[in-house]
Amino acid sequence: MTTPREAVAAVVDPEIRVVTIDELGILRSVDEDPATGRLVVTITPTYTGCPAMDVIRTDIRRALAAAGHPDAEIRTVYTPAWSTDWISASGRAKLAAAGIAPPAPVRTGSVVPLTLAVRCPRCGSPETEQVSRFGSTACKALWRCRSCSEPFDHLKAL
Amino acid sequence: MSERSTLFDFTLGLGDDALIAAQRLGEWTSRAPEMEEDIALANIALDQLGAARLLLTYAGELEGAGRNEDDLAYLRGDREFRNRLLVELPNGDFAVTMAKLFFLAAYQLPLYTALAGCADERLAAIGAKARKESAYHLDHASLWVKRLGDGTEESHRRMQAAVDQVWPYVHELFTADPAAPVDPATLRADFDAHVSAVLAEATLTRPADGWTPGGGRAGVHTEHLSYLLAEMQVLHRAHPGARW
Repeated sequence: MTTPREAVAAVVDPEIRVVTIDELGILRSVDEDPATGRLVVTITPTYTGCPAMDVIRTDIRRALAAAGHPDAEIRTVYTPAWSTDWISASGRAKLAAAGIAPPAPVRTGSVVPLTLAVRCPRCGSPETEQVSRFGSTACKALWRCRSCSEPFDHLKAL
Repeated sequence: MSERSTLFDFTLGLGDDALIAAQRLGEWTSRAPEMEEDIALANIALDQLGAARLLLTYAGELEGAGRNEDDLAYLRGDREFRNRLLVELPNGDFAVTMAKLFFLAAYQLPLYTALAGCADERLAAIGAKARKESAYHLDHASLWVKRLGDGTEESHRRMQAAVDQVWPYVHELFTADPAAPVDPATLRADFDAHVSAVLAEATLTRPADGWTPGGGRAGVHTEHLSYLLAEMQVLHRAHPGARW
């Protein structure tokens, strides 16, 4: 028997189909509303204009209906604002395996600002450079490896 | 000059700024000087549209007249739009587009940052989200202003001309509005500090202050806005409620 949480957590991101919305940190919670007993799924967008949100809502509804919960409520929240720090370890590993360099941790109050090299997801070389800070989706930047010459996507730290 | 706006006016104004900026930036799609820049401008347009949707949805709720984001975006005439004039100006050449984006982002970043700490919960959430995106816009535009300003003789000439052309329109962004959740006048120091530093590094001259066109928040616009709206609204007006 699939729990509602498991059903929703298995929904894949429509734009980066190797990771789930749970691994990306888009899924915030799956609870029962104590007053109505209705299932409430709370999600948050990576970027305000993310065009995938409608598809994600539809996919959540479909997954829950298949798991026997056809009338769940889906709430979209904007605070606290999504951060790439919410991407899970398994999510990072899957991104890298798919050729998308995962984001470095967001600096939080560190005294010395650190810039970590972005490693090429193909050959592992740290000899990389940014081609454009905007990429194929709102959350990605375009990079290039100087060692193997491959261009690759990098999920921007946010 | 100062304004006294209600929470609805204030929210609608910010939403209109973002919406019109998004529409203008979107005009570059498939026309930018290089592929990477095409993607960048489309992404920034998308961020602006995202902020616009949140702000207009909230404005509609504040108004309480049953208007949603689409009603506000597609079913108002130019005199009902509250955006600042800066965002409706034509794109011009790439330097003019970058000058406009640079000034807009240098205003929106401190604006959204201040909004994130304001007393209104909804606006605070929108500000906290949008400021992260604005930081990228400002970074991007700043790099181009420096690259073009401190580039070739021709790129320098055109970047300076763009800055001179757009400069009069920045003053309206900071019109005092003491009762608003964030008084725009309080953002000017941040804007000036960043803009002056980037212009200096770009070997560009900060224009002298003079003519200060305004009126956007009162619905008094340049002749350019109604053409922009005609294109933006035509499909929705011809086919009300169209979906795909």
